[in-house]
Amino acid sequence: MQFLSYLVRGISLGSVYALIALGYTMVYGIAKMLNFAHGDIIMVGGYVVFFTFCQGGMNPWLSMILAIVVCTLLGITIERIAYRPLRGAASLAVLITAIGVSYFLENGAMLLWSSEPKSFTSIVSLPALNLFGGSLQISAETIVTIVTSLVIMFVLIWFVNNTRPGHAMQAVSEDRGAAQLMGINVNAIISLTFAIGSGLAAIAGALLLSSYPTLVPTTGAMPGIKAFVAAVFGGIGSIPGAFVGGILLGIIENLSKAYISTQLSDAIVFLVLIVVLLVKPSGLLGKKATVKV
Amino acid sequence: MKKFVCVAMSGVLAASFAVSASAADQIKVGGIGPTTGPAAIYGTAAMYGEQIAVDEVNKAGGAVQFDWKFEDDTHDAETSVNAYNSLKDWGMQILAGTVTTNPCLAVGAEAVNDNMFMMTPSASSQDVIDTGDNVFQICFTDPNQGTASADYISSKKLGTKIGVIYNSSDAYSSGINTNFQAEASKVGLQVVANEAFTDDNSTDLTTQVQACKDAGADLVFLPIYYTPASQILKAANDMGYKPKFFGCDGLDGILGVEGFDTSLAEGVMLLTPFVATSADKATQDFVAKYKEVSKGDTPNQFAADAYDVIKVLAKAGEKAGITADMSASDICDALKATITDPSFTYDGLTGTGMTWDASGAVSKEPKGMIIENGEYQPIDGESVSASTEAETESE
Repeated sequence: MQFLSYLVRGISLGSVYALIALGYTMVYGIAKMLNFAHGDIIMVGGYVVFFTFCQGGMNPWLSMILAIVVCTLLGITIERIAYRPLRGAASLAVLITAIGVSYFLENGAMLLWSSEPKSFTSIVSLPALNLFGGSLQISAETIVTIVTSLVIMFVLIWFVNNTRPGHAMQAVSEDRGAAQLMGINVNAIISLTFAIGSGLAAIAGALLLSSYPTLVPTTGAMPGIKAFVAAVFGGIGSIPGAFVGGILLGIIENLSKAYISTQLSDAIVFLVLIVVLLVKPSGLLGKKATVKV
Repeated sequence: MKKFVCVAMSGVLAASFAVSASAADQIKVGGIGPTTGPAAIYGTAAMYGEQIAVDEVNKAGGAVQFDWKFEDDTHDAETSVNAYNSLKDWGMQILAGTVTTNPCLAVGAEAVNDNMFMMTPSASSQDVIDTGDNVFQICFTDPNQGTASADYISSKKLGTKIGVIYNSSDAYSSGINTNFQAEASKVGLQVVANEAFTDDNSTDLTTQVQACKDAGADLVFLPIYYTPASQILKAANDMGYKPKFFGCDGLDGILGVEGFDTSLAEGVMLLTPFVATSADKATQDFVAKYKEVSKGDTPNQFAADAYDVIKVLAKAGEKAGITADMSASDICDALKATITDPSFTYDGLTGTGMTWDASGAVSKEPKGMIIENGEYQPIDGESVSASTEAETESE
C-alpha cells in the first residue's frame, strides 16, 4: 500500500512533467530549437491564474482561458522578437537567446510581482479519491492532470496527422527549405507551433501549481528542465514519447526519494537518463534519424 | 526621502547626545550598523533599539550611565572600520555592534588589537566570535538553534517520535539539522525519519511528508525557511497527517505568504528570538516605545537584539563596577570577567537566562511561540501542560 501511494505521487508529478514536456517536444520537433523559456511561460501562466482566480475570484474556467490567451500571445511575441530574426543563425545562437529570454521573464516577474512567494489555491475543487478504505488517496488534481495530459496528447497527435496545419508542421519539421518551396508559410507555421506550445504551458502552469502550490518567479525553471529531460528521455520530437517520458521520470524521481535517498533523487533521475541515452540515443520512443549523405 | 529622514534623525540624535555628554560620569558606548544602503532595515532597527535601551538605562539612574553614539556603515566592511575609528576618536569605551556579519568581522579584527569590548546584536556567523575573546554575541549562532530546539522539544515533552525535513542544499538548514541530530540523541529524542530536499527538487515535498507519516512521527521538525514549510503544511493537511510542527526563526514569515491558508499553520510552534505581535508585556512595551521613536514602524528581531545588548552592558557594567574614567581596555577586561562568570545571567526580549562562555557565544532559554488564531502567542506553562496531557492521552 505504501508502495502504491508513492507510485501514485510519482504519477502525479510525472503527469505534470508530461504536460510540460508536450510543449517542449512540439516546439523542438517542428521549429528544431530548444525553447528554454518554456518553463518561464508556465510561471507567467501561473501568475495570471493566481491574480485572476486565487485573488480575483474569477471563474476558474474563465481564468484558465485568460491564462492560455496571455501565454499564447507571449509565446508568439517572444518568437517574433527573439527567435525569428535568428532563423538562419547557428543553433547555438538561438539556444543562448532562449536562455536569455528565460532570464528576462524571471527577472521581469520579480520586478512586476516581487520575489515574495505566493501560495496558490487549487483550481480543482473536486474531492480526493479514496481507495482501499482510505489507505490510498489519489487527489483530484492528480486525476485531472493525468486526464488532461492524455487528452492533450491525443488531440495533438490527431492535429498533427489529420489537419492541414498539422501536415504543414510535419513538412516544416522534415525539411524547412523544401516546405517553403511547396508554398508553406514557414514563419506562420512556426508561430502556430509556439502559440500551441505556450497555450499548453498555461494549462501546465495552473495544474502544476494546483498540486504544488508555491508560486515564485523561478517556479517554472526546475520543472521546465525536468520536463525537458522527460522529453529527451521519451525521444524528443515524439508526442507520445513526451508523455511516457514525463510519467516515467516522475515515478523514478519519487520512488528514489522514497526508497533510496531524498537528496540523491535528481542524481538518480539523470543517471537513468544517461543510461537510456547510451543504450537508445534517440530516446524511448524516438525515431532513429537516418541522414543521407 | 526615507534616507534623508534617517540621516537627519541620526544627526539630531548625535547633536542631542553631544550636549548631554557633558556629564563626566557617562560611559561612552558606540553603535555601528547600516542605516542607509541595502541593509538599512537592519541597522536602523538596531539603532532605534539601542536608543530606547540607553534612554531607559539613563532614566533608571543606576550606577552605570551611558553616553551613546551610533554610526552608519552602509553594510560595508571598510566604512565600518572607518566608523569604528571615528567612534574611537570620540572616546568610545564599549562597542555595541556591529549589526551585520561582514563588517563585524572587519571591525572585530580592529577591536581585538584595541582590546575593546564588543557585543554584536545580530551578526550570527560563528566566525564573528572566533575573531577574539573580546567579541560576544547576543543572537544564537545559526547551528545552535538546532541544539536549542532539541532541548526545548525534550524539556517541554512536545513529542517522542521526531521526523525532520530539512534543506540539504542550504547551510542554514543543514547546520541546524546537524546540531539537532547530535543533541536529539543526547537528550533521548527518537528521530524516526530524517528527510532532506534540495533547492532543485523542492517542487514536490509530499514524499518527505509521507515518509514522516509512515514512520509514525508525532512531531515534525522543520529547520527551513517558510516557503517550503508552507508547502509541507499543505501536503500534510492533504494527506490527513496532523503531527505537531516545530521550526526555527526561518519559519517566521509563514503567516505573511500571499494566498497561504493560514489556518494550516495553526498550532505550528517555532523558536524565534523575538516576535513583535507576541502578547507578553515586555515585548508590547518595547513595541510601543519603538513605534514612538521610529514614527510608526514595528520593531523586528534586530531592534530587540540591539536593545538587549545595551541592557546586558548596563547590567554587566554595574556588576563589574566599571566607571567612566577607566580605559576601554580595562573596561573590556572587567566586562569579560563578569559576563563569562556563570553567576551572571540576563533575561531580555530575545530570551531568558542568558549566559556567555569564554568563546563569546550566548546560551539562552529561547522563546517558544505557537501560532494561534493567526497570531504568534508565547508557549506558556499552561498550553505546554495541556499539550503534554494530550500526548499521554493519545498514548
